[in-house]
Formats: sequence, structure tokens, C-alpha cells
Amino acid sequence: MNKLNMIKLLLAAGFVLMLTGCSGDWGWYVVDPTTPKGQTNLKFLLSGIYYTIALSVTAIIISVIVGLLVALPALSSNKVLIGFNRVYVELVRAVPILVMILWVYYGMPQLLGITITVFWAGVIALALSDSAFEAEIFRAGIQSIDKGQYEASHTVALSYFDTMRFIILPQAIRRILPALGNQLVYMLKMSSLVSVIGMQELTRKANELVVTEYRPLEIYTILLLEYLVLILIVSAGVRWLERRLSQ
Amino acid sequence: MTRNQPVHVQPVVSMNDVSKFFGAFQALNTVSIDISMGERVVVCGPSGSGKSTLIRCINQLEKHDGGSITINGTTLDGSRASLKSIHDNVGMVFQQFNLFPHLSVLDNLTLGPIRSRKMSKSDANELAMQYLERVRIPEQAEKYPTQLSGGQQQRVAIARSLCMEPNIMLFDEPTSALDPEMINEVLDVMVELAESGMTMICVTHEMGFARRVADTMIFMDHGEIVEKSDKEKFFTAPDSERCQEFLQQILPH
Repeated sequence: MNKLNMIKLLLAAGFVLMLTGCSGDWGWYVVDPTTPKGQTNLKFLLSGIYYTIALSVTAIIISVIVGLLVALPALSSNKVLIGFNRVYVELVRAVPILVMILWVYYGMPQLLGITITVFWAGVIALALSDSAFEAEIFRAGIQSIDKGQYEASHTVALSYFDTMRFIILPQAIRRILPALGNQLVYMLKMSSLVSVIGMQELTRKANELVVTEYRPLEIYTILLLEYLVLILIVSAGVRWLERRLSQ
Repeated sequence: MTRNQPVHVQPVVSMNDVSKFFGAFQALNTVSIDISMGERVVVCGPSGSGKSTLIRCINQLEKHDGGSITINGTTLDGSRASLKSIHDNVGMVFQQFNLFPHLSVLDNLTLGPIRSRKMSKSDANELAMQYLERVRIPEQAEKYPTQLSGGQQQRVAIARSLCMEPNIMLFDEPTSALDPEMINEVLDVMVELAESGMTMICVTHEMGFARRVADTMIFMDHGEIVEKSDKEKFFTAPDSERCQEFLQQILPH
């Protein structure tokens, strides 16, 4: 972890210490790692991390692929294809993520006559919601590439797919990497919403512990720190990738 | 049929009444021209006269709206066969080089042969090094385009086109984006290419180069070919007044 992130983490820790100095009635015993009970509670809280990561990573992979497939038609000169892109982006972007999660989990199975697990309902809802944004990011990135690159590709006889794969996308992805990093961070945070349909991820675990321990302040503070650490790691990863690709 | 009838040589590029519109603006107005194998054509004219559009229609970077274009006997009609004919026959060098900035010089050269000619990587590397030597920069193979000077970049671009082993090379103002001291290194490479027998169509204002290599000179204005003659006649006694004026403006005193 680099220096900047260390500073951020220290600031966050300082902030938490400051909170403990407030007149609030703190009861850190619920998550005290020196007691068996605290240990059990901490383990319980951290056990949600697997689903938070699995959910976010699966959803972002799907949404990047769907986003790219939705973006490409927008770059053609065919009005029907451009229309498809506009309708998809406008419709999907207009649905609040929480509503999308509820609709996919409770509505869609009834519509299609299928059953769906909480995990896949969460993945589909998050991926779908995010794909509209990914599509716009890809469109902007691809459109920022000079048309001379397409023309040069044409003169060395590259097909459309080879031009995209070897010339346009590698350059576009470098440019949109900060925006893609943003979406991954956003995805990690939005995965907390899937707790409402019972996904056993970080937020759900915290909610359940609050119900049994009745110490929301301490437990939600831990939850907050869990997301902070996760996202700082992702940020550092994205910056590392940016540096590597810019060489 | 007489025995002494001359052998009919098919032109390698043939344009018949070609027109091109950009919206209401007519960039090419019923242009006709035949170019034979090995012919070196230099196209000049004021900006906006349609010179670039003319050569960009030959490899269909611009689709013509009227008339017909034939490359090596294949009519360009947007079909797969006509696209293949362009890919097999026509190379192009751009004013802005248009190298692939994320690929090394060597990869810029080998991508086309590997992907579209299905050449093995080692064969493509060998071919690329051969052409890099021809444009005199084999030592830059591992560098990236942005690490090279403009003149070097343009020579890489020429080598990249040559790696596709085209029959016809199009040059669209290849020295216009270069600093003056780098123009000659690029022109030298082009002269050598002309001397090797390549069919070349060059849009350029480098009249020294034109005098040296051109077989045919073309002067364009307002989307039309105003003057087309061999270079002796062109530089000494062009027919059209507009061409005379233009030459007076660009030739050194």
C-alpha cells in the first residue's frame, strides 16, 4: 500500500478515535478482539466479505462485457443500432438500483417462470444497472480515439474485430481506466443494497449482529471501516494498473 | 484482327467520372484518370481542391457517390471482393503518420502481416526488419512511436505500408506535418521507392520531388482535374492559366 493510502487510513483511524472521545455511550466490548465473544462477533462481521467481493467482481465483469456490447452499436452509422443503444442506456439508467434488485428477485422469476438464487439475482441486478454506465464510458473512450487509427488499420487490412481488439480498445481502455475504477468502487458500495433480499454479505451480517447485540454504533462503525479498507485496496490496484499501462 | 495490334495494358487504377459529395459540397466532380503499373503520379493543387479525396477514394477511405473505380480489374462496389482487392493492392501513408501509439515500431509493422496475411510471427519480424532497414531505422524497432522524431515516424509509416507488399502506394501530403529539416529524409525514402518501380500516387507540394520522380503531373482545382500532363510540359508550359498561377505561387523564385 502506498504512502497516500496509508495517510488516508490513518486519518480514518484518527476520526474513529475522535468519535470515541465524543460523549456518546461507546461499548467496544461487542467487538473486543481480546474476549472470546468479541472474537466471535468480529469473525461473524468479517465473514460477509466473501459474498461482497464475489458479488461485486462477478457483477463488474458481466457489466463491462454487456456495457461494451451495448456501446459498440452506438458507434455504427446504422440508425436501428444507435437507437438500440439509446433505448437501453436511457431505460436501464432510469431504474434505481434498489428497485432493480427487488424487481429481479421478486418480479423476474414470476415473469419468466424460473427460480433464482439471491446471489444471482444480486449479480444480475447490479450488472444490469451498471452496464448502462459502462456503455457510456466505453462509448466516450472509443469516440475519443482519432479516426486516423481506423484509417491506418484499414490500410493494413485489419478486420473490424481486429481493429477493435488490437488498435482501438487497448487505447480506449487506457483512457477510461480511471472511470472503470470508479465503477468498481461504486459496485462494491452498491453491493450492500443486496442485503435487503437476504444476501449474506458485509452489510447483512452487520444488520444481523445489531439485532442480537443491540450495539449499532460500534458494529456499523466496523462495517464502515470494512468498506473503507476494501475500497482503498481497489483504488491502489487501479492506480497501479494505470501506472503500468501508461509506461 | 491484325497481328500488329498493340497489347492492351490494363490500367492498375482506373477512375471513370468519379464524384464525391460531403453534404452539399462537391469534393470531386466527374474525375477520370487511368494509372498504369509502375507509373508515378504527383497530384497538386490548392487546399480544398479534392486532391486528398481523390486518393482516399482509391482505397475507399471515402466512398465515391458517382462513377466507377477499378483497382487491378476489380470494381470497387463495397463488396468483399473489392475490399480484398484494396487490401491486397493498395498501401497508404498519411500526413499525420497514424502510427499505433501503444505498439512498438516492430509491432506496428507486423500486426497487418500477422493478422490479415496469416504470416508467422518470426516471418513477419524478418519482413519488418527488412523494410526498417530499407527506410534506414532498423535500430528503432523496439521503440514506441512517440519516442521517435517526425521524420522517423513517417519512415516507420512507410515501412508499415510496405510490409503489406502493395502494388500501389498512396501518399497523402507525407511531408506536410514535418519540420523542414526532416522533410528530406522522408523524400529520400520515397525517391528510392519510386526508383524501385512502385506505382505511386502522391499528393504533395514538394515540387523538387515531383520533378525528380513524377511521370505524370496532375493539377486539381474545385474537385476537377484541370491539368494532366507529363512533367516536362507541366513545369514549362501548362495549358491552364490556373495551373500556371498555382505553380508561380509555390515554386521558389
